[in-house]
Amino acid sequence: MAAALKLLRQAPLTAKFGLLVIVTYIVVAMFAPAIAPYGETEVVGAEYEESSPEFLLGTDNLGRDMLTRLVYGARNTVGIAFVTTCLAFLVGGILGLLASTLGGWVDQGLGRIVDVLMAIPQLIFALMILTIVGTSVTSLVLVIALLDSTRVFRLARAVSMNIVVMEYVEAAKLRGEGLWWIIRHEILPNIMPPLVAEFGLRFCFVFLFISALSFLGLGIQPPTADWGSMVRDNATLITYGITTPLLPAGAIALLTVGVNFVVDWFLHKTSGLKE
Amino acid sequence: MSDSSDAKKGDVLLEMRGLRIEGRAEEQWSEIVKGVDITLRRGEVLGLIGESGAGKSTIGLAAMGFARDGCRLSGGTIDFDGIDLMTASEDTKRHLRGARIAYVAQSAAAAFNPAHRLIDQYSESPTQHGVFGRSQAEADAKELYGRLQLPNPNEIGFRYPHQVSGGQLQRAMTAMAMSCRPDLIVFDEPTTALDVTTQIEVLSAIRDVVDQFDTAAIYITHDLAVVAQMADRIMVLRYGNLVEESDTRDMLFNPQEDYTKSLWAVRSFRKEPVTEPKAEVPILEVDNVTAAYGDTPVLFNVGFALERRRTVAVVGESGSGKSTTARVITGLLPPSEGQILYQGEALPKDFRQRSKDQLRHCQMIYQMADTALNPKQRVRDVIGRPLEFYLGLKGAEREKKVLELLDMIELTPDFAGRLPSELSGGQKQRICIARALAAEPEIIICDEVTSALDQLVAEEILKLLDRLQQELNLAYMFITHDIATVRAIADEIVVMLQGRVVEKGEKDTVLSPPHHEYTELLLSSVPEMDPDWLTQLLEQRARGEVVSSAPVA
Repeated sequence: MAAALKLLRQAPLTAKFGLLVIVTYIVVAMFAPAIAPYGETEVVGAEYEESSPEFLLGTDNLGRDMLTRLVYGARNTVGIAFVTTCLAFLVGGILGLLASTLGGWVDQGLGRIVDVLMAIPQLIFALMILTIVGTSVTSLVLVIALLDSTRVFRLARAVSMNIVVMEYVEAAKLRGEGLWWIIRHEILPNIMPPLVAEFGLRFCFVFLFISALSFLGLGIQPPTADWGSMVRDNATLITYGITTPLLPAGAIALLTVGVNFVVDWFLHKTSGLKE
Repeated sequence: MSDSSDAKKGDVLLEMRGLRIEGRAEEQWSEIVKGVDITLRRGEVLGLIGESGAGKSTIGLAAMGFARDGCRLSGGTIDFDGIDLMTASEDTKRHLRGARIAYVAQSAAAAFNPAHRLIDQYSESPTQHGVFGRSQAEADAKELYGRLQLPNPNEIGFRYPHQVSGGQLQRAMTAMAMSCRPDLIVFDEPTTALDVTTQIEVLSAIRDVVDQFDTAAIYITHDLAVVAQMADRIMVLRYGNLVEESDTRDMLFNPQEDYTKSLWAVRSFRKEPVTEPKAEVPILEVDNVTAAYGDTPVLFNVGFALERRRTVAVVGESGSGKSTTARVITGLLPPSEGQILYQGEALPKDFRQRSKDQLRHCQMIYQMADTALNPKQRVRDVIGRPLEFYLGLKGAEREKKVLELLDMIELTPDFAGRLPSELSGGQKQRICIARALAAEPEIIICDEVTSALDQLVAEEILKLLDRLQQELNLAYMFITHDIATVRAIADEIVVMLQGRVVEKGEKDTVLSPPHHEYTELLLSSVPEMDPDWLTQLLEQRARGEVVSSAPVA
């Protein structure tokens, strides 16, 4: 704990800023009902009202409080993105490790399947499948997780390839250790830094992807608050020079920047580079 | 190019006074070279020797006014032919490097750019420094390749680095260093990565060229016998300090300091000969094994036996099939013909089909302790895992046994909590030995276990292995290309060439004449601590009195 605090004190300003942003988002997402002044889907005023003491950021196209929607949006967008990224890492990571450790036809088979999935443009592929299976949150999470797991697979396989050829892995095999033990004790600890860094970046991509899908109408469905669809719903306001629709866009941008700052710092720390 | 027609041999070329270099570790600067004086005259070869960490390479680079990343030249003077390298601008130094001071790195394979042909890399420096034009540089390259006795000097330059052998690459690199006819070349362990038979070629080539062009050289190595052949004068370094300095002959025959004497005495260790008779059934027998990597056959009818308390040394150059034999024994490479017998019974060919007990009996120690230890596992877990896996020890019992094993390999209990990155090379190798011992094996395969270590440390490891063999009744298969190691530790010797056993038998029989011609080549190629050894050997070979190239098996 003391070591963690010391590490935090030594962190560069950008990393501290990034951490602050992430923590704020998490707090907001967790305590959304307490923080938001109104209910998530509650219509509380006229459409497109200007900001006032009553509605700090004005109201949206249906007369719902913008601030409330933003707060609940954090919960939905960030939460779903987090679950999706975890799932993508679980699937892609395990398959990637298996491919590199077993080699042979397992590697070939998985590799080719991933190639096929990656050959189709991600957004179009997602739109197609979501149109077929319908746009529930579950199907959204599963589809994006599957598509993103191909990228994780590639990375996990590539980095663990460098570890699999090490003599300590050979020694473990010759000792008679099982596959799972070798993966968990010999390989995984050595490929954690690039994977964790990738987790941060992948989280941003997933997050942007969900927002993009929502903007296109196939993501998180109304009346659930979501930053992507909030941009779309209020897009007309931009024509009148009102910046309200930029707020959810700004929330997306801020989190992305924050996460990247932290990832950069982490990579710098673990790669052993000195400034 | 040496513009010094008026400069005479014997003039001082390089002078370093009170040289101090600091390295940055753990966020603070610490001194790694602590005030060393070096004077080098034109045409003179100076040998720098010492263990790793003595500061040899750092001093070698400082001769070019260069400090590695994380190092800085912190004090003293470096004077190269009237130019003060401590204060000279980067620009001045850049003009010197390559043109008047050249550097030959340890691993030519890593120092060449794999994407360009040799001759392109050769020509870069002369054309850059305006010494030669492009076509002239190429003509010059061919001439130098010839002088360095590379095969096909007119064509070899048009190959890529991966298309020539390691020894040839090292000579091509020496040629490259000579390309601008520098006044000074720094050789940093140029033959350490080579086989003995190749080493000779490179050594004689380097010596010839240095002689012909009257170049001064700093020759860095940890191999005393090599430095004895090359240097006019030797400096012994330790922990960044000068221990002793004198002419080669004085240094060899009359060392003053205790540390120097201990370096000299290093090859004196000899294993006690085993007197007890052999068991009726050997503990492990390699029975007529033939094996291939895919379609490429690599082993042909290899056969020998291991006995308790005895060491079989398998010798040969790289590519002779020594390590492949070990892979067949451990089951990593199933043989296409023949079998491995453990106490008279055939073991399954593939290690995956062997039982836990069969796996436990035969353990392996690797050449590079760095890659043989998981950097994320603490010593306690490295040694503890086989105890838990094979013997079912847990908790306090396991911890007790770990400490016992640490004691056995002469390390203190506090090592249990360390990570591999907190250990020295010799300590890492000890941990690998402990890991092998934890399985309570009967056979240990040692694959070049000492070749990555300094000689003093290597000697200690050999002594440790020998003691453990006596105490635990172990059978060793010792793979090595170093004849000195063989002399020290072997009971029996198996000589391999191109996947075949060319000679095998008791140590004394194999090491005394008459030899198979390949054995003779191997033996005669081992540098001796005699400054005239290389000269005499080359004369003998020229007269055809001794074998000078490997026979085709």
